[in-house]
Amino acid sequence: MDPEPLFEKGAEIMSFFEILTIIIPSTLLTAAPLIFTSLGGMFSERSGVVNIGLEGLMAVGAFTAAVSTLGLEHAGLGNASPWIAILIAGAIGGLFSLIHAVVSISFRADQTVSGVALNFLAAGLTIFLVKLIFDGKGQTPYITHNIDKVDIPGLAKLPFLGPIFFQQVAYTSYIAIFIAILCWFIVYKTPFGLRLRSVGEHPAAADTLGISVIKMRYIGVLLSGVLGGIGGAVYLVTITSNYNVTTIAGQGFLALAALVFGKWHPIGAMGASLFFGFAQALSITSQQIPYLDRLPSVFMLIAPYVLTLIVLTGFVGRAEAPKADGVPYIKGQR
Amino acid sequence: MSYAIEMRQIRKEFPGIVANDNITLQVEEGEIHALFGENGAGKSTLMNVLFGLYQPDRGEIYVHGEKAVIHDPNDATRLGIGMVHQHFMLIDKFTVAENIVLGREPKKNGVLDMKKAVKVVRELSEKYGLDVDPEKKVEEITVGMQQRVEILKTLYRGSDILIFDEPTAVLTPIEIQELIEIMKRLVHEGKSIILITHKLKEIFECCDRATVIRRGKNIDTVKISDTNPTELASMMVGRKVHVQVNDAPYNPQGKVLEIEHLNVADTRKVEVIKDLNLTVHGGEILGIAGVDGNGQTELIEAIAGLRKTKSGTIKLNNQDVTNQRTRKMIEAGLGYIPEDRQKHGLVLDFSIAENMVLQTYYQKPYAQMGILQNKVIAKKAKKLIQEFDVRTPSEKTHARALSGGNQQKVIVAREVDRSPQLLIAAQPTRGLDVGAIEFIHGKLIEEKKKGKAVLLVSFELDEILHLSDRIAVIYEGHIIDIVSPKETNENELGLLMAGRKKGGNEA
Repeated sequence: MDPEPLFEKGAEIMSFFEILTIIIPSTLLTAAPLIFTSLGGMFSERSGVVNIGLEGLMAVGAFTAAVSTLGLEHAGLGNASPWIAILIAGAIGGLFSLIHAVVSISFRADQTVSGVALNFLAAGLTIFLVKLIFDGKGQTPYITHNIDKVDIPGLAKLPFLGPIFFQQVAYTSYIAIFIAILCWFIVYKTPFGLRLRSVGEHPAAADTLGISVIKMRYIGVLLSGVLGGIGGAVYLVTITSNYNVTTIAGQGFLALAALVFGKWHPIGAMGASLFFGFAQALSITSQQIPYLDRLPSVFMLIAPYVLTLIVLTGFVGRAEAPKADGVPYIKGQR
Repeated sequence: MSYAIEMRQIRKEFPGIVANDNITLQVEEGEIHALFGENGAGKSTLMNVLFGLYQPDRGEIYVHGEKAVIHDPNDATRLGIGMVHQHFMLIDKFTVAENIVLGREPKKNGVLDMKKAVKVVRELSEKYGLDVDPEKKVEEITVGMQQRVEILKTLYRGSDILIFDEPTAVLTPIEIQELIEIMKRLVHEGKSIILITHKLKEIFECCDRATVIRRGKNIDTVKISDTNPTELASMMVGRKVHVQVNDAPYNPQGKVLEIEHLNVADTRKVEVIKDLNLTVHGGEILGIAGVDGNGQTELIEAIAGLRKTKSGTIKLNNQDVTNQRTRKMIEAGLGYIPEDRQKHGLVLDFSIAENMVLQTYYQKPYAQMGILQNKVIAKKAKKLIQEFDVRTPSEKTHARALSGGNQQKVIVAREVDRSPQLLIAAQPTRGLDVGAIEFIHGKLIEEKKKGKAVLLVSFELDEILHLSDRIAVIYEGHIIDIVSPKETNENELGLLMAGRKKGGNEA
């Protein structure tokens, strides 16, 4: 006797393979902004400065990307516009993060408060500027040239792997993964990385060896601004295409969580970002996936946040932050 | 002839205090020069000036006969001055080699060359006989090895003048001997050493000359071969030093502390106190002798209510207080001078006045209807500061800013002033100078005379022998023997501490 087939022949049932081809490209897409931003946070916190302002930095990056893409499109730069906009957003993010650097490194203010201030400032300032630039409207117009999902030439044709990993993906995802590996190399294999980590662990020790704690921490925060700005920009040009007050809505905090989940390690932060990206992809694509489509959509919408909570409370274990993370450095204190 | 280091008329003021008042220090090439003084005399300040961590208000520094201006540790390093810090400046999560090369990393095409770093460190450690494993993480190695890493850090930077800031404070007796050998070898290899210390023993074991400073002022520079410990000690303290001996008659009174069949586990859940029995009477000092790690810490914590017992009873004044809350214990008449004064004895970022009332702040007159009476507290603190000779600009000063000896005096003042029935003194003089030790020993003896019970735990046999009326030797969690100090000596105690009872039997 033939075993009873699981599904009726010819039924419109998706294979596991097909599910992967939907969910993995979507994961890669949503993870990219988180990867950039959590790597930014990694530089800041490795140097000993807690940066809760990642959310604000992403907002500034997304806003900058929207405005610059629109401007560059207008100037006739076409498809290059979003790419150039990402770079501009990185620069502006870096500038914006200097507020946090000055307040928390030079003036030794409480780093959490300064980070929160950064978030408020970013939310208010960007919307104020949107209204100023676009005649009182609450959001920017949509950009026409975003970074589209494409099939990567060559790789997309690979059997099996091609459709899962290299069809309908954005280049930014692979750039993000490449940057994560680069960051790992910088942090663990170069003198700069060793010094950066040393001021985050034991600034007094670094100081007695002639390493400038202030300089290293400024660089750490600045890099968090650049990467946070890029993260926000990537989110805008690949996902939302316009900027309003709800655009970033928690992405920065998710990146912060990814940093903790990834134990302040570049590759760990990337992995955690991919996991959070997966959770978000699940909620976006659930309507196309058998069984999941029968669940009330509210479950899938809250899934990323619930998963985040579960992971952070249950699976991280003892997350060891850099020892001097969040502690202002005062020369000569016992 | 030029000196390796010459500091002329150095003056350094801090708000409210002159830490260095025209101090002159001359260190000859190739000698071990002791910088000798009490806690808070200004030794560390002077060395921090030399190392560029502080800028002097006045004075000049000459290195190998040439005038030098030292703005920061970089300048000091360039001039060949290296410092082995008292509180190690090591990054726990880095390897030994990473710690040593940090800031001057060997590179290959801009990338860290850790292979070369490990090789260089290994060569250096062999050259100077400093046994370290370059690839181990600092958090995995012993305190003695961590100190050798600190020494290698200075050697890696080519220092030929090494400052050791109270290097023996954290070491075991064997490690101290090793360190002295290392210092002698370094001098033999052409280095000059400045040894900051307040321990006479070390000076007479390895130093050539000593500069004595007291309360920020130069007292004298002497050749060690021309002086003796008593003379040097009185120079440091500024008066004759008496060794405090417990000579009050031994009149034991009622039982104050009774411990029966006590079992306690340590943090790893290993039973470290096993079926321990002990009684302390009023009017006696009971010394507990033993090698570190035989359960002393857990025993004290159990008595103080800081650690849960597994079984057995602890009675204070005939009242069962086993596993009571610490506040109940304090109110029942417990005083406690903890082992680690900075971690458990004081809130370092509180003022001295606040620290003085840590156990009593909620009682009258320090609080009225739930509101702190700061004026009353300040008045009390001022009185105790005077009575216990705490050297501080004011009672508002944070405990963190005091030297170790003065921090300990604050704790002793607080505990003794409450006049507890039982006073536990755990390592009460660790890291302190002669003057402070004398003072604290005197206070313990006074408590005994008042008819209180004193439980003294110390790794220093001298201290135990001088002060105790009875000595209980602890070994692997139980009291192996109780002896009278008059009928024993260091040898016998040493054997007991190693677990051998009289007659040579293994316990």
